[in-house]
Amino acid sequence: MSILNVKTKQEPFIRVVKKTEISLGKTLVLSLGAFVAAVIAGGIFILAIGQNPFEVYATIVQGAWRSSIATKGTIKIAIPLLIAALGITPAFQMKFWNIGAEGQIIMGGIFATYFALHYDYLPHGLLLILMFAAGMIGGGLWGLIPAYFKTKFGTNETLFTLMLNYIALYMIRFFIEGPWRDPASSGFPKIATFTKNARLDQIFGVQAGWLIGLILVVILFIYLRYTKHGYEISVVGESINTARYAGMNVKKIILRTMFISGAICGIAGMTQVTGAAYTLGEGVAGGVGFTAITVAWLSKLNPAIILVVTVLFSMLEKGCSVMQSTFGLSSAVSGILQGIILFFILGFDFFTRYRFVLRKAR
Amino acid sequence: MENMKNEAMAIELKQITKTFGSVVANNKIDLSVKQGEILALLGENGSGKTTLMNMLSGIYKPDSGSILINGQIVTINSPEDAILLGVGMIHQHFKLVEALSATDNIILGVKDKGLFLNKSRGEKIGEISKRFGLNLDPEKKIYQMSVSEKQTVEILKVLYRKADILVLDEPTAVLTPQETNRLFEILRLMKKEGCAVIIITHKLNEVMEISDRVTILRKGESVATVKTADTNAHELTELMVGRPVELSIEHPETYFEENLLEVHHLTIVSEEGIDMIKDISFDLNRGEILGVAGVAGSGQKELCEAIAGLLTVKKGAVLYHNENIVGKTPNEIIKMGISMSFIPEDRLGMGLAASMGMVDNMLLKKYNEGKGPFVSKKSARELAKRLVEQLDIITPSVDTPVRRLSGGNVQKVLLGREIESEPNVLITAYAVRGLDINSSYTIYDSLNEQKKKGVGVLFIGEDLDVMLELCDRIMVLCHGRVTGIVDTKLATKEQLGLLMTDASAKIGGAK
Repeated sequence: MSILNVKTKQEPFIRVVKKTEISLGKTLVLSLGAFVAAVIAGGIFILAIGQNPFEVYATIVQGAWRSSIATKGTIKIAIPLLIAALGITPAFQMKFWNIGAEGQIIMGGIFATYFALHYDYLPHGLLLILMFAAGMIGGGLWGLIPAYFKTKFGTNETLFTLMLNYIALYMIRFFIEGPWRDPASSGFPKIATFTKNARLDQIFGVQAGWLIGLILVVILFIYLRYTKHGYEISVVGESINTARYAGMNVKKIILRTMFISGAICGIAGMTQVTGAAYTLGEGVAGGVGFTAITVAWLSKLNPAIILVVTVLFSMLEKGCSVMQSTFGLSSAVSGILQGIILFFILGFDFFTRYRFVLRKAR
Repeated sequence: MENMKNEAMAIELKQITKTFGSVVANNKIDLSVKQGEILALLGENGSGKTTLMNMLSGIYKPDSGSILINGQIVTINSPEDAILLGVGMIHQHFKLVEALSATDNIILGVKDKGLFLNKSRGEKIGEISKRFGLNLDPEKKIYQMSVSEKQTVEILKVLYRKADILVLDEPTAVLTPQETNRLFEILRLMKKEGCAVIIITHKLNEVMEISDRVTILRKGESVATVKTADTNAHELTELMVGRPVELSIEHPETYFEENLLEVHHLTIVSEEGIDMIKDISFDLNRGEILGVAGVAGSGQKELCEAIAGLLTVKKGAVLYHNENIVGKTPNEIIKMGISMSFIPEDRLGMGLAASMGMVDNMLLKKYNEGKGPFVSKKSARELAKRLVEQLDIITPSVDTPVRRLSGGNVQKVLLGREIESEPNVLITAYAVRGLDINSSYTIYDSLNEQKKKGVGVLFIGEDLDVMLELCDRIMVLCHGRVTGIVDTKLATKEQLGLLMTDASAKIGGAK
């Protein structure tokens, strides 16, 4: 036999081994490690462009919180992100990959804007409640469409929700240039700024959206963890076969959950138009729907952790914009820095599931 | 080369240790096989047999210890390395391309020199087949083959790659008794040709029949290696389990006469338009265990799912207390007051939610019972705790995700929940698959308990010996047809084996 002459390759120097599930504490340690690594890598980048990393980092942190104006700015960024991340959560819990938050935010904004433009003679409270409901319905319907096609024809929800984002975006453009164009705007087409009656009130100097967000954190936490609906969502996400076996109406659950998911995203759109922009522009969602996916995923779909992660994300964004102006850097720099930090934090997810094993010496 | 036979160890494992996280799967295991020898690797599920063999075939790597092939220390990084070293693994689940012929599957991935496939390959396959007595039509497509033919292709595949150390992972699990005999003849020929064969199994009678020596694993350790001629089934069981075991299944008589479930001309067509169940009729009485035998994929799964309301039925009726339940949703069937407890064969994919704990899994069919929007977990928690005690379920806590439990414990969770729901009809599919002997007997006992209470049990099984002891009648399925319903007092294993293959000769064209 030729076996004795066969040369197999040496054992590779490093190999990857799957870990057993690790405890929450270890996950936190790893996340902290990821954060430190991200800060160091970002620091090297800052050094490379000729700035002092310590100063830059200090500016970022200070920039987000140094004054009440800065703090309000940070919270303003956090509001839509928080609500949208919460909106994505029930869908993701069901393993329905809703990446259409962007479109659902926009539709929420469009529906709310309709009432702001056409019914601003109504009493303030009633008008806001109408806008709130309209925002939910708009976002909810936009979530319901892919869910309907998924349950009816088995279409792929990822592509479907993604495509709906573009449709929603172009719908805004249609309204801006067409039926809702402000006749007072000469040349540059835009939708009229909402009258004071159609604007969301401020609480402690910031639009009331933050309160809505916090209430949603609590509601969603209870909804997912303690209700029958929440239980159904988890089982469907676990295995559709198990859900059917248990006698659940899987289609109904998918439709309902996607409506809720879209509706919450729609609230984010509503608060943006009526609380922040006071009008409907193409930037109403501005990528928040995508960042929200990262936030929800990093938080392991836990509403309480979503709140924390959202604050950190918003701080980074606000702080980076301050840093940009302080050091006279281009916006690309803060984009790269945010990218590096995110890359490390997301990349470290790998280490919560795998570990490296070095070759043993013989 | 010839005189090396019977002297050198073809393969030797020394002090092999492998851990997964905190679980020690293999602890300092020693094992050796000579050329021209058949070694049976015996052990209960979870004893580390498959882990050990996966290290031999390059799927896992040992944490410590060494593997010697023909006296040389080797490192096996991949299945490719393994085959270069002459180790061929035949897995329980075949790895074949369905749309290709036997020949194509056999030569797939062999990197011979030259750009074109040359004809000598076909000749080589023929030569090997002849040498080892393998009957196979090399041009037949895999999807047209029976399970035993597919296995033959797998064997040819490794022999074509010049493997002379063969590892078979529970090869008889999917075979009828007749096919098993044929496989054993092939193995004996291989032995004659100087191959070293390791056969993983937990069926004692097969160990006694085919092996020269037996290595017994228990809880990840090799507890003994004995010559087959010097031992007996009883001793092997004791070694395997670690204490004396009474290997008989109770068979209580019951005197119910009522018919519980009547199935009339049931036909089920799969989404692809293939008949999965063809016009079958039978009934299930109170206080009866009706076995369903057949090679894997004969329609057992479809039958269960149809009765539970999970599959659309094309034709026929299922009467429960003279009411037709065909066309009702699973929820309606539950709501009608029919406690149909169905233990699916895919335990984690269907019967349980894998990443939920026992408590949440207890709720699966009952979460909707209480009023109001909230789920009440209190009684579920009590039930979970009670089951842990009653069935000796080993789990860190009742909230630990069930996917982290061992197969036997997962099965106990599922069966425990279903029995607790006090069913009238209990359908179990492969209730003891993956369970150790002790757990298996616990399950048989609880099924007998149900029978005595007047429950009708439909027992989809695979071990004919067990079924003959446990069941009152056995219905044999073959390609979705009922080929016979026999009384276990009169039937023999061989008779069942014939019924299991009977129709395959007509339909599949198998020899």
